[in-house]
Amino acid sequence: MPKTVKLMQGNEACTVGALAAGLEFYAGYPITPSTEIAELCAEELPKVGGSFIQMEDEIASAAAIIGASLTGKKAMTATSGPGFSLMQELLGYASLCEVPVVFVNVQRVGPSTGMPTSPAQGDVMQARWGTHGDHPVVVLSPGNVKECFELTVRAFNLSERYRVPAVVLMDEVIGHMREKVELPDASELVIENRPAPKSRVGYKPYEADVDGGVPPMAPFGEGYRWHVTGLFHDETGFPSNKPEVADRLMRRLAAKIDRHETEIRDYVTESLDDCEVAVVSFGSSAMSALSAVRKARAAGVKAGMLRLRTIWPFPHDEVLELSKRVKAIVVPEMNLGQVALEVERASRCSAKVVRVSKVNGELFRPEEIFTAIMEAAK
Amino acid sequence: MSETLSYFRQDRLPHIWCPGCGHGTITGALIRAIDRLGLDKNKLILVSGIGCSSRAVGYLDFDTLHTAHGRALAFATGLKVARPDLKVIVMTGDGDCTAIGGNHFIHAARRNIDITTIVMNNNIYGMTSGQYSPMTPKGMLATTAPYGNSERDFDLAELAKAAGATYVARGTSFHVPMLIDLLEQALQNKGFSVVEALSQCPTYMGRKNKIGSAVDMLEWIKGRTVNAKAAAALPPEKVQGKLLIGELHRSSQPEYCDEYLKATAKVRRAWKNIDGGLRGCEQNSD
Repeated sequence: MPKTVKLMQGNEACTVGALAAGLEFYAGYPITPSTEIAELCAEELPKVGGSFIQMEDEIASAAAIIGASLTGKKAMTATSGPGFSLMQELLGYASLCEVPVVFVNVQRVGPSTGMPTSPAQGDVMQARWGTHGDHPVVVLSPGNVKECFELTVRAFNLSERYRVPAVVLMDEVIGHMREKVELPDASELVIENRPAPKSRVGYKPYEADVDGGVPPMAPFGEGYRWHVTGLFHDETGFPSNKPEVADRLMRRLAAKIDRHETEIRDYVTESLDDCEVAVVSFGSSAMSALSAVRKARAAGVKAGMLRLRTIWPFPHDEVLELSKRVKAIVVPEMNLGQVALEVERASRCSAKVVRVSKVNGELFRPEEIFTAIMEAAK
Repeated sequence: MSETLSYFRQDRLPHIWCPGCGHGTITGALIRAIDRLGLDKNKLILVSGIGCSSRAVGYLDFDTLHTAHGRALAFATGLKVARPDLKVIVMTGDGDCTAIGGNHFIHAARRNIDITTIVMNNNIYGMTSGQYSPMTPKGMLATTAPYGNSERDFDLAELAKAAGATYVARGTSFHVPMLIDLLEQALQNKGFSVVEALSQCPTYMGRKNKIGSAVDMLEWIKGRTVNAKAAAALPPEKVQGKLLIGELHRSSQPEYCDEYLKATAKVRRAWKNIDGGLRGCEQNSD
């Protein structure tokens, strides 16, 4: 099969990735800068036997994708900051009930309505901690249009493999930018599906002792007759108030991701081997940062970059190792320092962490980051 | 009796409802309606929200989904659109359905999606111990209306009808054979069906308003209602201020999932396998 080469928008690449991963159901509510994803899904899903529905709000959209996923179908919604805030309660529901779903958040500047619809990266912490209670979640951050495709496929795979909600955290620049993209052959793609139960007899939807801690998931409507609840539940899925049951459930949910962190973590590096000033960045900020790093190298400063493709789980070990051998870590991001907080935590004060913040709705110019690198190198 | 019990997860009993609560009666009526219609247990999904009424689904032997407060209909919509061949029933309460879930309720009705919704209306938030709901009659007492409720209550049947539901009925936990009939009719309507089932909450509604025991509350419910068929022949003073019970509205309208499949039929092809193909990508290029 010939490779497909196309001029694509980030939101389009995300949609095509979702379809390639096996998307069968989309529910959403219009919000810029994510709406192209809904529009494309409305057009394409019926062609592959799937369904699209525009719900009455973002809460309903999150609910509908969870309902659809329970029938065994891969389901997704896309939104931006204000809508993502509304979805938080049900992201937690999906996390506790272990229902695979993908949330795409094409970030815009906030809080509140903000400056529609200029870019921002202010939802890093919301994506991790936006719902109440401790909970597992995976958050991926594409850094170019091709990665919108790749990481959406990966978001579905991780979501299915671990029965966990996955967030594709894009930003307005990545979502609306157009690039030439060479899509992989269908044969090159690895598509994963949720673990399936072997038998209806004695089926335990939340079995604790299975390999990897991810219990098999039965689709609704196939005779398993199981129960799903947002109450804490035991292995059978029925509610329990027993402290030991609650404790075991919460720790198993966390361990599902914690134990597999090294498989999930994903980042790319640029000139880190001998570097003295490291940049840690993600999304569209990393595009400007890459340009700045190269310019700094040309100016004689040994700069390098760690670009995050998964933000959560965060690559703590890698950042710690890096911090021990560099003078400073520069963290450019379109917020007031959300990833920088995590870099500071991971580096345990081994290196100076320099925040380069942008919250005015503009994207970074490479010179701004270049100046910060040169300053940090002094 | 044993027939009815076979629909219950008997190992999940006893239930959490208070003595004298009407929700068990209504749950029993639903099971009897399902049994009469001979619906396939494996193809019937029960969805609920949060509150006393929403606990019903955990006791019933189907695929059951106990969701978040107010969202049962939104979850159910996703489920039904993804699998239109499944029968979907929503069990909810007056607070869950008409306050926090009000938006989903009117939009599910507007779409006329094939979901049967049973609203167990005990006129109070029971699970949180007796606050007023949008269905608490004006003037009645609740923990958050210690001087009497100043808000008007919804006429849920009128709301459902206006929003586009194609089957609307009201029954009670007192008139059980009628309630079973209404649920049977609702389950057979292809479209959005609403059965409001008046229920008694002796613990909070009854005690706060000094209505008395569960039996007294059933009498109170009986006294508040009048049969819709009989109402026409009664003098106006006998109907004034009463809630009509029975079938209140029925209309034949296209159902949402059918309409969606029809609208997309031209481009639709059955999805055969998960082969990882770039299905959307090929489609995009045309």
